[in-house]
Amino acid sequence: MQAKLKQTYNYAFLDEGSKKEIRRATLKAVAIPGYQVPFASREMPIGRGWGTGGLQLTLSLIGDHDCLKVIDQGNDDSVNAISIKKLVQSCTQVKITTDSERATLIQTRHRIPEVPIRADQILVFQVPLPEPLRMVEAKERKTKQLHAEMDYSGIWLRLYEDIVKWGKVSIGADYPALAHKRYIFAPSPIPRYDLPKLHQADGLFLFGAGREKKIYAIPPHTDVEPLAFEDYPFEVEHFDGCSCRRCGSTDTFLDELYDETSGEKFYQCSDTGNCQKRQEMRQADL
Amino acid sequence: MGYVAVTGGQKAIEAADQLNLWYRLKDTEHSLETTDIEKQLRHLVDRVMSESGLYAPNYAALAIKQAEGDLCEAAFLMRAYRSTLERTYESLTIDPGRMRVIRRISSAFKDIPGGQILGPTMDYTHRLLNFSLNHENSAEMMNILREKVPDLKLSQPPVFQKVAKLLREQGLLFPPKSSGTLFDITRDKLSFPAPRSAKLQILARGETGAMTALAYSNMRSHIANHPTIGELRVGYAEVTIAYPLDASESICLGEIMITEVETINAFERDEQGEVKLRLGYGLTFGQNETKAIAMAILEQSLETEGPSPTQDEEFVLLHVDSIEANGFVSHLKLPHYITFQSKLDVLRQTQKIATATADKKRQINAQKEGQNDAGKAETNI
Ligand SMILES: [Zn+2]
Repeated sequence: MQAKLKQTYNYAFLDEGSKKEIRRATLKAVAIPGYQVPFASREMPIGRGWGTGGLQLTLSLIGDHDCLKVIDQGNDDSVNAISIKKLVQSCTQVKITTDSERATLIQTRHRIPEVPIRADQILVFQVPLPEPLRMVEAKERKTKQLHAEMDYSGIWLRLYEDIVKWGKVSIGADYPALAHKRYIFAPSPIPRYDLPKLHQADGLFLFGAGREKKIYAIPPHTDVEPLAFEDYPFEVEHFDGCSCRRCGSTDTFLDELYDETSGEKFYQCSDTGNCQKRQEMRQADL
Repeated sequence: MGYVAVTGGQKAIEAADQLNLWYRLKDTEHSLETTDIEKQLRHLVDRVMSESGLYAPNYAALAIKQAEGDLCEAAFLMRAYRSTLERTYESLTIDPGRMRVIRRISSAFKDIPGGQILGPTMDYTHRLLNFSLNHENSAEMMNILREKVPDLKLSQPPVFQKVAKLLREQGLLFPPKSSGTLFDITRDKLSFPAPRSAKLQILARGETGAMTALAYSNMRSHIANHPTIGELRVGYAEVTIAYPLDASESICLGEIMITEVETINAFERDEQGEVKLRLGYGLTFGQNETKAIAMAILEQSLETEGPSPTQDEEFVLLHVDSIEANGFVSHLKLPHYITFQSKLDVLRQTQKIATATADKKRQINAQKEGQNDAGKAETNI
């Protein structure tokens, strides 16, 4: 299968014209932080909704000098991450790593690695629903206009109603934020814990939505403000008093797990690459 | 640690691939020939070609075999392959009025020039299981059929005039709406309002079931909207390209089978005050009659305004694609541990607030009751 792909398909699967077109849309996205740039999303050999937007960004950027890391839920070994890596490897000669610090290009679904992204790294997000206003407006034609006029009263009202009803904003992951005081954008379903990592960061963050055919970006040193009220500030997930069962970390995003036999609840780092490194460091210290 | 670690996920995928092969072959003596699929499961092949937007019967048969008969999966395989193909040429406009017809009917007129041709259809066949197919002798059957089935190529006139042409000559039809330039849905993201060419392209490769359901909803909830099929024709049309060295010449690349439907709807008045009929148009690869009719209904419905879901272009056009709908619905099978964890966190925090609020209310009520009791006690004295 792998050998066949190399013969029958272009380098990095897409034809050069398509890659160029995607890079052009990406440049526009970088120039207008948070603005959703439409692009002619191609059908990929993985399912629509399974990371085709992120994959197209990755393939349009990748070259043999790159070192790629792919994670799903923070995990390098998740079947979907493996499947994406397998595809990229079958049509390029890039190196693959699980070490986020070694990677030049990281494709992710639902997480940002714990170690901050550097200026020489790009983090590519897989985005299922790029439109943050969709929760208050069903029509694309209307949301486009709302963005253009910066009419964000609908989404603010939604947050306010949440507070009235529940006593707090009820949005879990994919928490909407304002990019550089202009466009409200969907950070993809990352936890709230990861959202502050986008603010004034060193690295480039690219977002690809294949099915919805949009690309957007948070370039380095961009203001990213989660939507919140002064008296109801933005809150990240709570892991009070919890630590990773493997590496002992108390400052990472944790997966909640249940012991197979005892049914007891325990926690483990969601970023498996980082957890592995910390375990090795801990062993070296002992 | 090496660069490429062999991991649990990778092993699981490999095992799943092997299990697919195992389940496909374990209870059978021979592997299906793709030519059998191509030649004997015509409608399946036609549907896959139509929904993928790639006319390649042998590849469609291969996709059906590989997908073990999962139509959406087969259309997806074809679409993913199609998206890597370069656009070498653009074909010249096909005129279905010139196609080699194998079937044509009109529900509007009893007599149409050239006559009605029932052709291959199951419309009037009783839906009774034909148990003799369990032991079919194809050679024997072919001998009988050879005598009975006339050679269509020889016995038929080459082309039939379109029914629409008759109506048009009598000044009963509005000319088709045209956006002028041709929008290419595979090269540009659709924006709304969508040009007519984009609408037709999306519907032409829409999922048969989704389109039939939507068209049915349109007919059922709007009694007035009961279109008449002016003409439904199935046949072969030549695909030609301009000769690269001399554009006035053309080269024929071959024939494709298509189904074309023109529906006649309620009459309308245009801005100039003229009253005429508007045609609904459906065209699909292969013999896909219900889909072609559904396409004509939806296409026409999208040209009108009103409260029906089928008059809402975003609703119709963004949801009829098999690859997109299947991809997104099935992505729910992917892990959502992080989003769920985040949701749980919000739930737990909200529960805390709810409990705190309830406690507070109870306290206040208790205080009030205490005061009341005290008041009662005072009055008792
Ligand atoms: Zn850990």
